[in-house]
Amino acid sequence: MQLQLRNITKRFGSLVANDNISLTVEPGEIHCLLGENGAGKSTLMNVLYGLYQADEGEIVLDGEVQHFSGPGDAIAAGIGMVHQHFMLVPVFTVAENVMLGNEATGFAGSLDIDAARQRVREISDRFGFHVNPDRIVEDLPVGVQQRVEIIKALSRDAKVLVFDEPTAVLTPQETDELMEIMRQLKESGAAIVFITHKLREVREVADKITVIRLGKVVGEASPTASNAELASMMVGRPVELTVSKEPASPAEDAFVVEHLSVADDTGLVHVDDVSFSIRKGEIVVVAGVQGNGQTELTEAILGLQSHVLGSIRLDGKELVGRSTRQILAAGVGFIPEDRQVDGLVGGFTIAENLMLDRSYGGEFVRAGSVQMNKLEAFAGEKLREYDVRAPGIHTRADNLSGGNQQKVVVARELSRDLRLLVAAQPTRGVDVGSIEFIHKQIVATRDRGVPVLVVSTELDEVVALADRIMVLYRGRIVGIVPADTPRDVLGLMMTGERPSGAVA
Amino acid sequence: MSEDKSQAAEAAPPEEQESPPPAPSQWHTVLRSITSGNAMVAVLSVLLSVAVGSVLILVTDEDVRSSAGYIFAQPGDFFQASWDAIYGAYSALFRGSVYNSRGADFQASIRPLTETLKFAAPLILAGLGVGLAFRAAMFNIGGRGQMLLAGAVAGWIAIEVDLPAPLHLVVALLGAMAAGALWAGIAGVLKARTGAHEVIVTIMLNYVGFYLVFYALSKESLLQAPGSFNPKSLPMQKSATLPKILGDRFTLHFGIVLALVAVVVVWWLLNRSALGYRIRAVGENPNAARTAGIDVGRIYVVVMLIAGALVGLAGANQVLGTVTSGVTVDLDAGIGFDAITVALLGRSRPLGILFAGLLFGAFKAGGFAMQASEGIPVDIVLVIQSLIVLFIAAPPLVRAIFRLPAKEEA
Repeated sequence: MQLQLRNITKRFGSLVANDNISLTVEPGEIHCLLGENGAGKSTLMNVLYGLYQADEGEIVLDGEVQHFSGPGDAIAAGIGMVHQHFMLVPVFTVAENVMLGNEATGFAGSLDIDAARQRVREISDRFGFHVNPDRIVEDLPVGVQQRVEIIKALSRDAKVLVFDEPTAVLTPQETDELMEIMRQLKESGAAIVFITHKLREVREVADKITVIRLGKVVGEASPTASNAELASMMVGRPVELTVSKEPASPAEDAFVVEHLSVADDTGLVHVDDVSFSIRKGEIVVVAGVQGNGQTELTEAILGLQSHVLGSIRLDGKELVGRSTRQILAAGVGFIPEDRQVDGLVGGFTIAENLMLDRSYGGEFVRAGSVQMNKLEAFAGEKLREYDVRAPGIHTRADNLSGGNQQKVVVARELSRDLRLLVAAQPTRGVDVGSIEFIHKQIVATRDRGVPVLVVSTELDEVVALADRIMVLYRGRIVGIVPADTPRDVLGLMMTGERPSGAVA
Repeated sequence: MSEDKSQAAEAAPPEEQESPPPAPSQWHTVLRSITSGNAMVAVLSVLLSVAVGSVLILVTDEDVRSSAGYIFAQPGDFFQASWDAIYGAYSALFRGSVYNSRGADFQASIRPLTETLKFAAPLILAGLGVGLAFRAAMFNIGGRGQMLLAGAVAGWIAIEVDLPAPLHLVVALLGAMAAGALWAGIAGVLKARTGAHEVIVTIMLNYVGFYLVFYALSKESLLQAPGSFNPKSLPMQKSATLPKILGDRFTLHFGIVLALVAVVVVWWLLNRSALGYRIRAVGENPNAARTAGIDVGRIYVVVMLIAGALVGLAGANQVLGTVTSGVTVDLDAGIGFDAITVALLGRSRPLGILFAGLLFGAFKAGGFAMQASEGIPVDIVLVIQSLIVLFIAAPPLVRAIFRLPAKEEA
């Protein structure tokens, strides 16, 4: 089925999220939609899926103009969507999930689960998915859950498949498998829209590439274009993709973690007997697929976890058992992995957010009263220094784009005297231009002699920043390897396999 | 306020929803939407409620109903009667609450205004207590219990303790604040320590407080007036009462001054102090506050202590100012719950609460005049008050009615 989007315009108040976008996807083609976060990709797909109504323009399938008033219409017309965040019921089986919303019923409304099971087997066999229809979804690995989403779309005879940032949650191996699935689907004649901001994936599978920036189509690119070309199209200016950094000149061990274990309230162990150390002037990157204990590890360092065993020492001082406030005061800077949840107060202004971890004293508070003048002067200075794109220091944080929000967090944390920097997913959901900037700041912090712990699930970032790489799998260290370890070895380690030569 | 102006500034594209944060709790979302709604919605809610109130006045008015019977024969009668009813009702409300044009002399003419101020004082005080808790994302439903306990303690000090004039009053006020703080603080401590929801705890403490005060009022050794069979105390000693501001011809007492001072103090606390900064941070995003080293549990306790102290002042205002003839279990006069409405209408901001409290004070003062002169049940005013809450809680409804641009959300 051929999909055409003609002159789609979608406005949110004064903001034009999609400005006159036209796009044609042929059957048997993988069409990549490339753009930074906030460029308008997801808005466009939500228009296509009937979640939003376009203000102007039309959706055409095989020459017929469509009018979708909701996802139901879009699905009926043959459009399937694989969402970034799976729309599955965790406690249902695969078959139950696949039939959800389209239940075949027999006598007196009884569910015809056998038909659904049969359908799952059929599709699974056709594409070699190896999905058992009777497994409970929450027990399945993330990659397989995604296949369930794909099966679900295919079971409704989707001819146009939209993949919205599908690789964000996958290991490199799972990503490769997904690419293979996408190629198979393409061969079976489906039209595929692949939304991403990861250049490597684009070049691997795309037949056509459309680059979107600030809600507009800025051009088409061929899959043979170089990373640098694609990136500069996305950002609108030349971008340095690799972090230029001098080799580390690490000094003595400053941050030492020994036999650290972290459990949650239910007694489930998320970090299991982890020991490592970071020297002054060194960046250690924790690599691994999301959910393998990274969050708990960083939170334990910050005193945000309540069931912690073992020892965490910074410059010889024990941090375990101290309050978060004491740990921050000891010189730990923390960039949390989810800035909107843990890093910023959305309803606060930029200036207010800049004093979030400094409300108990210090330069902005005197006699219990906030020193507005000092805070505002400081905020103005940081706005310039960190190139935060905002109308002013009184702009609310939740009105900023992801990259600018993150710059506010980074500015706050790096403007204290640090003895350790912990940066969890420092560039997740951040535009390419800001990534470059934030990476430079992290490296500059290292060069000032601060030990730095970075957590990242993006291999590109791991390789770009690391002096040493520590791979976590199910809460345990698979190995600590040098920065020049080949990607495929790292990918393998992320699945828990320990290659020969790795030091645990 | 200045925070609202930058709304239109570089809005994040809605597409940022790509990685939505885990949904905050239902209560939290509701609270955010109530307390961050804009002032326009608040004003329009009041107008809308007054309009709906008009309809109710029409329905209950005898003349309107009888003229509706022959509306097709003589429509003029119907519209005349309707106009008379509505105009009569609201002008009576105005005469009863602001300026009585029919007053015999100047003093009689402005008496309604002083009545409004008198009724507004406890609403503002308790409204600040509820509103402050709202800013930390906490529902303080315990206004009634806090007022009762504070009133009982203030009354006990005013009756049983002998002190010279200004000191006696100060001690009684402090006692009331301490009692209110204690009663609300229980909810704060339980939330901080065990996660018990403050809504449940404060509601339950209302009952506990009520029966505790009832018990005290039934024991001569505690509060009951000697020789009395009613649950009522002796009148307050003169040295502990809030003095009248405009002499004895008016009932207005110093409670309104307390309320105005409290507005200024709470404004400073929220907008200028480091503690207020932490309170707002916890209210807006407890996760970020915790990550930034703020002791969230402690803030819950501190907020409830301050909130309780403010509500306690409202209780003292009743016992030491408005009704000095003795403590009863009715001393809260529904203010503990009206305060929630006041805080909502004032959008939890001190200045907003001041105006909302004045408006509700005017409703109270004028409602009686309306009933007396026009025979309109005072319940109409209560309905209007309730409708205000309803409209404020449903901003999309108000926006739709007035065709305001909606905030489009994914």
